Amino acid sequence: MSLPATSTGPRDAHPAPGDSAAAPLLEVSDLKVHFAARRQRLSGPRRVIRAVDGVSFTVRPGETLGLVGESGCGKSTTARAILNLIRPTSGQVHFAGQRIDHLNARRMLPVRRDLQMIFQDPYASLNPRMTVGSIIAEPMRIFGLHPLRRQQLEVMRLMDLVGLNPRYLNRYPHEFSGGQRQRIGIARALAVNPRLIVCDEPVSALDVSIQAQVINLLMDLQRQLGLAYLFIAHDLSVVRHISDRVGVMYLGRLVELADADALFRSPRHPYTQALLSAAPLPDPVAQRARQRIVLRGEVPSPDRSYPGCPFADRCPIVEDACRQQVPTLGGGPHPAACIKAPEL
Amino acid sequence: MNTSLPDIPPAAVLSDRPASRAWRRFRRNPSARAGALLVALFCLLALLAPWLAPYGPNQRDGQFQPPSWRHWLGTDSNEYDVLTRVIYGARLSLVAGLVSISLAVVVGAPLGTAAGYFGGRTDALLMRAIDVALAFPSILIAFLVVTAMQPGWAPVVIAVALINVPLIARQVRATVLTTRELDYVTASRALGASHWHVMTRVLAPAVWNPLIVLATLGLGSAILEVAGLSFLGFGGDAADAEWGSLLNEAKNHLRTTLWPAVGPGVAISLTILGFNLLGDVLRDALDPRTSGER
Repeated sequence: MSLPATSTGPRDAHPAPGDSAAAPLLEVSDLKVHFAARRQRLSGPRRVIRAVDGVSFTVRPGETLGLVGESGCGKSTTARAILNLIRPTSGQVHFAGQRIDHLNARRMLPVRRDLQMIFQDPYASLNPRMTVGSIIAEPMRIFGLHPLRRQQLEVMRLMDLVGLNPRYLNRYPHEFSGGQRQRIGIARALAVNPRLIVCDEPVSALDVSIQAQVINLLMDLQRQLGLAYLFIAHDLSVVRHISDRVGVMYLGRLVELADADALFRSPRHPYTQALLSAAPLPDPVAQRARQRIVLRGEVPSPDRSYPGCPFADRCPIVEDACRQQVPTLGGGPHPAACIKAPEL
Repeated sequence: MNTSLPDIPPAAVLSDRPASRAWRRFRRNPSARAGALLVALFCLLALLAPWLAPYGPNQRDGQFQPPSWRHWLGTDSNEYDVLTRVIYGARLSLVAGLVSISLAVVVGAPLGTAAGYFGGRTDALLMRAIDVALAFPSILIAFLVVTAMQPGWAPVVIAVALINVPLIARQVRATVLTTRELDYVTASRALGASHWHVMTRVLAPAVWNPLIVLATLGLGSAILEVAGLSFLGFGGDAADAEWGSLLNEAKNHLRTTLWPAVGPGVAISLTILGFNLLGDVLRDALDPRTSGER
């Protein structure tokens, strides 16, 4: 596919993915988002929900960082805090060297041109009263990117780019299937030619066969446009397929962070190990031979206030020391927040 | 690849627009036809009053005549032909109702949108003010406005508008509250849309449909409220033909003659019935969730 030389296309040379020498495009340091919960009794203590509790990671230009974890572990809240849709309680977010977590709406605006988002639910994330054309053109209008006549051409070019027939410009979202709607959402995110797209479970609501198409589209676009993704999902196989590096979240914390290959080959945190053992393997022999690690209990409530490792109650290899203090993620190429990680 | 794309005329692409879907549903509904017919009838009466009315609005021809071929609805205490007065009265009543409900929408809709969208302190402040306004009996608000201003039709219209502002603001706020949480509103914010853009371009279309319904239903009650206030004697000149003041005049002689009250009474009832039928059907036709064709 040869694209006409218009505004889309890398605005600057993107280094190869995984090039650790490159300056990070997105840098999240010790991000915390706490919500005040309603008191249970009038005189009771004010409970605090620690939705995100000290998360740090970086995304380099042109790479994909996968973020996995169960429902309610703070993945989406992290995404929304990065995009300045929720104000973080503490911590910092830097984008392209600029601190963005405290910016007001007006000063955040230029940043949003480089930092876009794709949503989970392709039915809720498109305005049912707008045509596809005006949905995709909305970011152009907000940023005043093209003259009106040019906008329509841009919209058609974007629709073609994401695999939609540009003839459907004037249709409404309800006339499209889930996968097509997700393509509309992707085209909308691409309309301002961003450098990083935060994908909040972009395929979780889709059929498996459609998931693969959308994932492949995202990967093609990454190659063509040099995009970086922060890819949030709960499906390990999807994350493995698309990610250069993967972070595993549990109860608002990052418990393990590594190159995708390393993480899936030799997980170091017991939670990651349990997650991987729960994912089905394509090879039935290997599937039967494998030992599943079944976690006990439920995910504890994120308003817990007792000391120690948040995973201690469900951990298969827990010991007394785990309940004394919260393990930190540490550094190195494959950090894991577990005091027993060195032995694993 | 896409050299041929610009040649496609966008209008040539057939599309199922929500508006045309609503119109199709609306047209097939018998209540809708009845409501539309009643409303159209009274609008025509108002517009064509000088041609339809058998006499001039202030032409006198004997007091308290029962219905006859000369005077279909009889004559009243001022020797006016009741049918003529009812036809001319449609002008003042409909216009007063329309103006007051429009005023209420113009004031109430932005208040409700701001309260629902910003939430928090803005919401608390605006909504408590509206609670206070709702706590006053509406007739008391009307009394205050009318006594504060010179008597006439303007204070009546303003009073009726004020009565309806809280109702409209509340409804709009409720719609905004539910719409605000949808992903597509978050999407607009993530794209960099300003608060103004979100409120006017994203939320307003969602608010629009329930607002049309509410305003249509409110128009009926506004006409009744205008008539009520002028029945109580707060209106303008008694020589102006208006349904409420016609009833007011008729009630003084109700013991001796019923006829002068029948015409304006029936006119008010039918008009309100028309707007209510219309409003109910609009509610169903405009709701995208009731997608079934009826």
